Amino acid sequence: MNNDTLIPLIGVVTDIRQDTPDVKTFRVNAIEGGKVFEHMPGQCAMLSIPGVGEGMFSITSSPTNKEFMEFSIKKCGCLTTWLHAMDVGQQITIRGPYGNYFPVETNLKGKDLLFIAGGIGLAPLRSVINYVRDNRANYGDVQIIYGSRSKDDLVDYQEIIDEWQADSNIQVNLTIDREQEGWDGHVGFVPNYVKELNPSTSKTVLVCGPPIMIKFTLTGLKELGFTETQVYTTMELRMKCGVGKCGRCNIGNKYVCKDGPVFRFDQLGELPDEY
Amino acid sequence: MLKISTDKLNSLFDAISAKQTLYITVDNENGSAEYKKYESGMTLSKSLNTVRSAKDFFFPQTENLADFKVEGKNIEVIDVREESEDFVVFGVRACDARSFTILDKVFLSEPVDSYYKNRREHGTIVTMACTKPAETCFCTAFGIDPTVPEGDVAVFFDGENYFFLERTEKGEKFIASISDMLEDGDTSKLNEVQEKARDIMKKLPLANLSTKSFGGERLMEHFNSEKWAELSESCLGCGTCTFVCPTCQCYDIRDFNTGHGIKRFRCWDSCMYSDFTKMAHGNSRNSQLERFRQRFMHKLVYFPANNNGEFGCVGCGRCLSKCPVSMNIVKVMKALEDK
Amino acid sequence: MQEVMIKRAKELLADGTVNRVIGWKKGEFFYDATPAVFRTAEELDNEFVFDDFTQANVSKYLVKESRKEGKILAFLKPCDTYSFNQLVKEHRIIRENVYVVGVPGGPKLDIEKIKAKGITGVLNVKNENYTIKIETLYSTEEMPFYEAVSGKCKSCKSKKHVVYDELIGEDGDILDSNRFDMVEKLENMTAEERFNFWQNELSKCIRCNACRNVCPACTCENCVFDNPKSGVDNKAPADSFEEKMFHIIRAFHVAGRCTDCGECSRVCPQNIPLHLLNRKFIKDINSLYGDYQAGADTTSKAPLNDYNTDDCEPSIVHERGVE
Repeated sequence: MNNDTLIPLIGVVTDIRQDTPDVKTFRVNAIEGGKVFEHMPGQCAMLSIPGVGEGMFSITSSPTNKEFMEFSIKKCGCLTTWLHAMDVGQQITIRGPYGNYFPVETNLKGKDLLFIAGGIGLAPLRSVINYVRDNRANYGDVQIIYGSRSKDDLVDYQEIIDEWQADSNIQVNLTIDREQEGWDGHVGFVPNYVKELNPSTSKTVLVCGPPIMIKFTLTGLKELGFTETQVYTTMELRMKCGVGKCGRCNIGNKYVCKDGPVFRFDQLGELPDEY
Repeated sequence: MLKISTDKLNSLFDAISAKQTLYITVDNENGSAEYKKYESGMTLSKSLNTVRSAKDFFFPQTENLADFKVEGKNIEVIDVREESEDFVVFGVRACDARSFTILDKVFLSEPVDSYYKNRREHGTIVTMACTKPAETCFCTAFGIDPTVPEGDVAVFFDGENYFFLERTEKGEKFIASISDMLEDGDTSKLNEVQEKARDIMKKLPLANLSTKSFGGERLMEHFNSEKWAELSESCLGCGTCTFVCPTCQCYDIRDFNTGHGIKRFRCWDSCMYSDFTKMAHGNSRNSQLERFRQRFMHKLVYFPANNNGEFGCVGCGRCLSKCPVSMNIVKVMKALEDK
Repeated sequence: MQEVMIKRAKELLADGTVNRVIGWKKGEFFYDATPAVFRTAEELDNEFVFDDFTQANVSKYLVKESRKEGKILAFLKPCDTYSFNQLVKEHRIIRENVYVVGVPGGPKLDIEKIKAKGITGVLNVKNENYTIKIETLYSTEEMPFYEAVSGKCKSCKSKKHVVYDELIGEDGDILDSNRFDMVEKLENMTAEERFNFWQNELSKCIRCNACRNVCPACTCENCVFDNPKSGVDNKAPADSFEEKMFHIIRAFHVAGRCTDCGECSRVCPQNIPLHLLNRKFIKDINSLYGDYQAGADTTSKAPLNDYNTDDCEPSIVHERGVE
């Protein structure tokens, strides 16, 4: 019988990094080394610990990384609590890649890009950011606006400082919600910071974060003159199969796991407000 | 057309079941019908339809997807799939026969669901033309002709003889395999029976139910209808409608620790259930209104939007008979349709 | 009766006693009324129905409805009043937000019983001297009234309303019911026969949860079988043990609270006689602790919630288990 996407492959956790108090980034390899499968930025994978459950996570590493995949996972429910308790060497099951991806080879090519992320929302965008950095000549200006509750809650902070901020081709703007000792950067919510920074409306925007942040950011962008056709986001709903069959993650007639998770806001506007 | 007389039907069943597993519709002690594995002496039900639909043969209530052996940090995935045995389902009605077209669109679209496909490939569907539809029937609203059902083989009963008509290549082979038991028959009485059945169709209480107000192009309008609040008010949030429905195919995937390893199984799930879309950090359909709306929007709007206008309902009437509070798709359609 | 009920409901709406009415709304056919809330006189005139087929017990809806703005009129049949009382006792219904109008009970008819006779295409049913005449698409059929009576009404325990603010029609009596006959039959079986009986019945279960969701005693905000944190949550039985577990746990959980309203068996699409599990508990409670009827009042202490020194010892389970 042919392979069935519901039968998972095995991945090995080869590195675990504590990014924030409740976010860990897991490096996953195939048993024989290398990656379990290839993907595009914005796509997801179904991870599982047999007996605990399966969950869909965005692949946070860039496809340009040829050695391993990474997943930044916030401790939130049953499965993620188990994942956070893992040690290096633990095997997990993995299947995918699922869903569409940010149009890095089509609509985004040659564009000035503005990434806006809040909290763990950086995870899917990090894949795109590093893809763009590795194919820098294909894109125009790159600006990243990233905020979190506190300095400690900025996911991948070290990479942001060491690599992104050090990259003269990228503008990075960080913010945290409240004043904190040892932080001399911007303080305030992401949507407000975006408005303050007043980015050029020539940019194409990729936004991801908590629903409330996305909502206010979109409103702010519109006030600045952006249109919905310029703004992409990535959605998360309950998923079980990953292939548009189990019937859970639909918004109207679109399945987030198959037709999404990446949507442009004008596309979402044509769908029921049920997410 | 080839036929067999009523008194020889059971010897035909015996012959079929000698070669492969045969399921037929039989009456149970409650006066309703169900599919049962044929054993010599069983009588084919005269009831119009079974309580549970024929989808169970291809999409069972539960099935094992894979096994896992976990040792320390290591996991072994065990592919438990086996080639299905050949089987025949005898007595499927036109509504259920059409449900396979709908289920195929879900499970056989890429990426193909190998579990479903396996059973589809090994199953032969023998349908039975309807002669006495019930008041709850409305398959004609979805373009189904219950007097000439789909399936691999269609069987027609004229009161004395069962006539066999091949509908697919698989059906042709099936008839060839039993042809020594069949004989050429005169269909003049059958034509009368069919004519009579067609007359009844026109008189059914739901004969004029129309689908013209539904389809993908009315998505936002129907979604935002104010009628949902009233329609969903009585809904208990149980899964009866979804589980007796021949086209409902939403599922859950769960793990079960047997003590000797982990079984990952798939089971029916219902969009009517409160935990269907619940995640660790939220739920996209928090109220019963939203869950109720999802089920009917899926059948009447979302499914046709994605499948060239084909609806996700076959008009079998099971939800009309079985909903504990008698709320059903017909009531929803009538409330939402253009007046 | 229907006309009298509509008239009274309209009066109570008009004088402001209540702002809505819960009852039954006409269906597509003559037998498929749906429980519904009516808000205007016009809705009542056009859609309210109360007849031989309005079986559904509306008490459970009052858990939510009694928490809404204003008072609601509830038409309750005698059996429904027991459920209502029990829910009041458990502080699930806010009593002062409901105006209870007692209405006569059954025997109600069950369309499934008619269809089980092989009668199809049913268009209308008339009761003539306890013979029902059934008009179908094909012919006119007859059957004795009694044979079409719903299962729950066949073993009616009481025609008395245990709670009401006013009554339409006359109140009845508590009946000398035959409801434990089948339980006794099961008790007289050998353990193996009994096990096979339940194995056969419960293996039909499709876990649609209709029994649980309709049950007036099942009002947990989050059932253990839906709660991933409970450790026993499941959507489908993974094995034959789990097939039985759901129903047995449910029967235990409603023991002493189940009023024997019969809704569980009425709604089961697979016709599993679930009420027999509950009746076994009721019968045992009666024999071990003295007669007790859940829902008969709102103040008495339920035997399983009340400790007395003369309560039976747990060893009774063992003693009675010996064949």
